[in-house]
Amino acid sequence: MAYNCVVLIKQVPDTKRITGQAMNEDGTVNRTALPAIFNPEDLNALELALQIKEKYGGKVTVITMGLPAASEVLRDSLFRGADDAILLTDKRCAASDTLATSYILRCAVKKLDYDIVLCGRQAIDGDTAQVGPQLAEKLGITQITYIEELSELNGKTITVRRNIGNGWQKVKTVLPVLLTVTGDANEPRVAAAKKMMKYKNARTPVEIEREIKADNPDATEQELKSLIEMKQSDLSGRGLLIKQWGLDEVEADLTWCGRSGSPTKVHRIQSVVLAAKESKTIEPSEKGISDMIHELIEDKIIA
Amino acid sequence: MIDVNRNGEVWVFAEQHNGDLQDVPVELMSKARRMADTLGVKLAATLLGNGVKELVTKLIQHGADKVYLVEHRSLGQYQTNGYAKVMYDLIHKYQPQIVLYGATTTGRDLAPRIASAIKAGLTADCTDLQIGDHTTVADKKLHKNLLFQIRPAFGGNIIATIINHDRWPQMATVREGVMPMPEPDVKRKGEIVEEKVKISKQDLPLKILEEHKRPKKVNLKAARVIVAGGAGVGSKENFKLVWDLANCLGAAPAASRAAVDLGFIDKDHQVGQTGTTVRPSLYIAVGISGAIQHQAGMSQSQKIVAINSDPNAPIFQVAHYNIVGDLNDVVPKMIKAIKEKTV
Repeated sequence: MAYNCVVLIKQVPDTKRITGQAMNEDGTVNRTALPAIFNPEDLNALELALQIKEKYGGKVTVITMGLPAASEVLRDSLFRGADDAILLTDKRCAASDTLATSYILRCAVKKLDYDIVLCGRQAIDGDTAQVGPQLAEKLGITQITYIEELSELNGKTITVRRNIGNGWQKVKTVLPVLLTVTGDANEPRVAAAKKMMKYKNARTPVEIEREIKADNPDATEQELKSLIEMKQSDLSGRGLLIKQWGLDEVEADLTWCGRSGSPTKVHRIQSVVLAAKESKTIEPSEKGISDMIHELIEDKIIA
Repeated sequence: MIDVNRNGEVWVFAEQHNGDLQDVPVELMSKARRMADTLGVKLAATLLGNGVKELVTKLIQHGADKVYLVEHRSLGQYQTNGYAKVMYDLIHKYQPQIVLYGATTTGRDLAPRIASAIKAGLTADCTDLQIGDHTTVADKKLHKNLLFQIRPAFGGNIIATIINHDRWPQMATVREGVMPMPEPDVKRKGEIVEEKVKISKQDLPLKILEEHKRPKKVNLKAARVIVAGGAGVGSKENFKLVWDLANCLGAAPAASRAAVDLGFIDKDHQVGQTGTTVRPSLYIAVGISGAIQHQAGMSQSQKIVAINSDPNAPIFQVAHYNIVGDLNDVVPKMIKAIKEKTV
């Protein structure tokens, strides 16, 4: 049988590659200087969904909740083989913690036909790994986290291998299911040249609006509106209009979104400044090293 | 969610697998004990499983006043929904103010499911916990004695303190190895509260077909001395230097993520944000540049020796002994000096 897969993806700052330019004078990180990337383990989730589609048929839909700039990871997903992409963007999503985020995503996923929901195990900006399990609970479906391998799909049952920290286990369950996928699960494919040609002009409505406004600085409101409509209908006719939903489209209850839907609040943020401790410089000579070892033994650091 | 309940207890989820109590709930006990004392409430552990009653003593000896014991045939092996349901029911019944879990694969699978069901806040992977006050910005209201959930964020580049002042319980998962293991007090007495639960078929959607334990190749958490190599070591062959230095010190060999990714050594040896957090007496960093993610896992070491050819390597900012030089020259000299001094 064919399976409909919904993959949740996120655009994240590349926290793993903090270079000199991204550091402020005081040793803290300049976040705006970091490149935005496709969250690495979300690529593993997308790859797993694409493999399921290739083997059994069905459809792969990707969703991202984020700022308009996140349209980039949706296009990237289309380049890699996704069938459909949805940008979930709304100013009222701002300040959502994992609980509010999982509620908003639930409202969106509910609108779709799905057998398998896939997410990366965690995103590298927050490293919480919470949204997947929270979304599964809100959808009322089974979750299987830390997936290392899809062993078998057979009718309505799925068997996977998951990491349990000090080993692994193989578990079986009945669909629908939500899987969180680790970086060990597969090697994500790169964008296909043909698909890049096909989708390079795909745009979300919010991108179209920005581009048209930038290209026509002197146009009136009315002219802009009609230009935007024309462009949208042109792209739509060619299958290049990426869907965009707000909180109204997904019928979200605003009390559970954004700040009001988020029980956790930030009390304080401190930048990590590399602490200069009392340190000694040791000459890399036999004497320097021998004296250091002597001192470590005297201080009972070495037995 | 439950209401703010100032008399609520402090709870620790006592994760066990096949009757083995995990380290992290025990590590959590000393901090949780102090927080419960500050709040003037009891510290309780929740112990779920099948035939696990003998673990109660250990929990009490490490600081619990009370253990909620839930035994059931279906709780013998962990699975998300069954465990989440039991915890959900217990939280509703007893209204604890704080619930803590280890940030293990199990804790990180279970806690968010419970948090979602109960519509409460949850902070992942905390490295410290404190009790403190918070004033909400909008109404200037002072909330006393909240749980400060302290964790690195943004790849370890910032430390965030998270609070949860209105929708309780306050819940957090806490990283393994960040809190020292308390000594047991064999004279401590505590109370056992045995709870009966009903678990239906729908609470057990998973069939566990096979399970393979893979014992860790090294126990970094228990090591008094650690010698860790980084990308600067250059090759798997040259990593022998790290092993040799570790051997002559009776130390555990370890590595940075970069060295693991390059295939110099197995992932079990990785120290850092995505590896093990260690706090040995002595940490020798060989050819490790000292990215913030690595420092997150070793900066609590009592003494740090860093060997690197780059004088600007960030590792020198946390090290106590800085050796700028070629590790291929320095490490053999160290081995020689140690052999001479320790004979």
